[in-house]
Amino acid sequence: MTAPPRRIHHHRFDAVIVGAGGAGLRAAIETAGKCRTAVLSKLHPTRSHTGAAQGGMCAALANVEEDSWEWHAFDTVKGGDFLVDQPAAEIMCREAVDAVVELEHLGLPFNRTPDGRIDQRRFGGHTRNHGEAPVKRACYAADRTGHLILHTLYQQCLARDVVFFDEFQVLDAVFEGTPRRLAGVVAYELASGDLHVFSASAALFATGGFGRMFKVSSNAHTLTGDGPALLWRRGIPLQDMEFFQFHPTGIHKLGILLSEAARGEGGILRNRDGERFMERYAPTVKDLAPRDMVSRAMLSEIRQSKGCGPEGDHLHLDLTHLPAEQIDEKLPDITEFVKTYLGLDTKTDLIPIAPTAHYAMGGIPTNVDTEVVIDGLGTTIPGLYAAGECACVSVHGANRLGTNSLLDIVVFGRRAGARMVKFVAQGDAPPPLDDRAAAATVAALNALVTSPGTENVAAIRSDLQAEMTMNASVFRTQESLDHALGVLRTLRQRYDDVGVADPSRAFNYELTEAMELGYLLDLAEALLVAAAARTESRGAHFRDDFPKRDDEQWRIHSLAVRGADTSITLAERPVVGGSYLPVERKY
Amino acid sequence: MADYRIEIRRFDPERDEAPHWESYAVSAEPGDRLLDVLHQIKWYRDSTLSFRRSCAHGVCGSDAMVINGANALACTVMMSDLGPRVRIEPLRGLPVKRDLVVDMEPFYEQYRSVKPWLRAGPPPSSGRERVQSPPDRARFDDTTKCILCAACTTSCPVFWGGGSYIGPAAIVGAHRFLFDSRDEAGAERMEILDSRSGAWGCRTAFNCTEACPRGIKVTEAIAQVKRRRFSP
Repeated sequence: MTAPPRRIHHHRFDAVIVGAGGAGLRAAIETAGKCRTAVLSKLHPTRSHTGAAQGGMCAALANVEEDSWEWHAFDTVKGGDFLVDQPAAEIMCREAVDAVVELEHLGLPFNRTPDGRIDQRRFGGHTRNHGEAPVKRACYAADRTGHLILHTLYQQCLARDVVFFDEFQVLDAVFEGTPRRLAGVVAYELASGDLHVFSASAALFATGGFGRMFKVSSNAHTLTGDGPALLWRRGIPLQDMEFFQFHPTGIHKLGILLSEAARGEGGILRNRDGERFMERYAPTVKDLAPRDMVSRAMLSEIRQSKGCGPEGDHLHLDLTHLPAEQIDEKLPDITEFVKTYLGLDTKTDLIPIAPTAHYAMGGIPTNVDTEVVIDGLGTTIPGLYAAGECACVSVHGANRLGTNSLLDIVVFGRRAGARMVKFVAQGDAPPPLDDRAAAATVAALNALVTSPGTENVAAIRSDLQAEMTMNASVFRTQESLDHALGVLRTLRQRYDDVGVADPSRAFNYELTEAMELGYLLDLAEALLVAAAARTESRGAHFRDDFPKRDDEQWRIHSLAVRGADTSITLAERPVVGGSYLPVERKY
Repeated sequence: MADYRIEIRRFDPERDEAPHWESYAVSAEPGDRLLDVLHQIKWYRDSTLSFRRSCAHGVCGSDAMVINGANALACTVMMSDLGPRVRIEPLRGLPVKRDLVVDMEPFYEQYRSVKPWLRAGPPPSSGRERVQSPPDRARFDDTTKCILCAACTTSCPVFWGGGSYIGPAAIVGAHRFLFDSRDEAGAERMEILDSRSGAWGCRTAFNCTEACPRGIKVTEAIAQVKRRRFSP
């Protein structure tokens, strides 16, 4: 069919923020009133997936138990299996207290202690005094902390008259000059099918994760890695792509997240014998071990025929021993999910759970000031920033601790905003872009719409998800990864034959899903290449054929680089150490 | 597996003269959500079907629609709770952009009109959090749950009648701050709420409370705002 006419509109701003979740909104609060900023999201901001985060946001407030940011930094480094850049972790953990307090000042309704201060609870991997015992560090608001952070930040953006372009999906970044610098972004307006070119000195990418490359995921359907993928296509490397976290307690088959807070409140994981199996895998912290360890433990139990159910393919989360009032007060949303989707009662029933694809530790490489970095030397591209899950600083290393993501997005969202203000104030804006900036995007969209191809986007995506889950998720081998790379090649061929049948301009989700599938294929390939190359196990990346951590050869960040011929090579970015020397990660 | 007839109110202003029904025969597992069935139709049968969705588990508020005559989120309705014939329509009272996608801007405008952000005095000199007792925190807990899905407002007969009533969701958004002990803008908030376009527009129909997918006691919250006039 013929391509519909698409108008190209032009806008000029000092800064553009792509993505309106926690990181994007916190950055927008920072730039408000200081430089002309546009926030672009493919969703209405309050639909962002930050709103699904349940458990909490960690900071060493020490409101309930003795604590220090230094212990928090140690836990973060160890939780990340020593791939974390220690100065970055220290910055995040040191700024955490102010970040939480500031959120409260902005209105966040945290749960409170009896004397009215922000309440804190235990969470996986967070300990006092370098692993001595679990510590109450997670600040929370029932089990909907993310929802409240998202809405509070959005409300504060409204208060500051932040300019939003809702349902504008950014599909390209534009650079100019040699060496290149950012000149703007190109967005597709869902309501009209038109293109919008935003000329700007600075752009922050805060587009979240890409769990939708897996079959069972806690992620929204819209988490397709748009930011990392479009920058990847513009020659920006991607760091640590092999590290993808599987959260232990997703509802079996559905993947819907049941917060780690359930275990923080005392919930226990059991196998088919009713055994609290985590006692064997992590004697000290048991069910509150880091997520990658718990997910592996669960799948090991399944492999040893100790899984639950007729097919032995899941485990149980047991909250039945908790007082009913505690469940009502602290875990109401989880109770609601379990009732809605399983018809079960958290107070009386064992809940079927299995690991679910949850969080991308890897992504767009940045330094601690959120500037995008393109090599192991720290070379930046002026005007280009990234923050939140789509970025890789790296504060989470090979595995992220729970409650560190809501912290990450607020700390680095703020830093990104502050950095962009400074950058814009330097002056020297790039020349405004013209229609040519949108040419590649228009061509890509029209190619999909005019293609006579008959391949089905959903079928290709489903095959990708099945393959990635089978061969590139919690347990990997050279063989499984090679198989996945082979399947990916055929999926790409099929993708070249996709034709979008929906001819309309407005709200053409078939077209945007076709673009998003292209992104998932690109990111999956980067993940697979990086995973196949890393011949060790570390954090969330576990190889049955290389089960040990190899600090001598592999204590480095991977940088996947896409060549002009679309082949992928791997470069390195050093891990910045500090006072914590790698030790065996035991809990 | 069970069989269903899904009837959807379709309308593409670029191609259709008027809204019309289209019908699809599908099979679904008891554990499937209605959203999964919508995806089945869009992905494998009719790619032109348009609807918003994101989280697929009832927290983002994207997929509110009229299902068998009542507002609900497509991702929290289980097929096992539906009979063999399912009628799906876009939310009422908002302009239809395409199929199940409505123009949410009037709804967001209502929300913004109550200035839904904390207005508090200067932060404590301690540099730490403001103190708030657990009972004070509990006071407004219900209305913090709102996900701006519009199920309440678009089920409200006063809203359907047109006019300047700001609707239940906006009042819930205001309640959340009016009853937050840290907020100091109560008098200004009541100027907006203590009016016919504010809380007094509510006729206590209770449609909103029934429609809310988060179980917020919406009518009760509006009533508390009304009572606030008499005991500020």
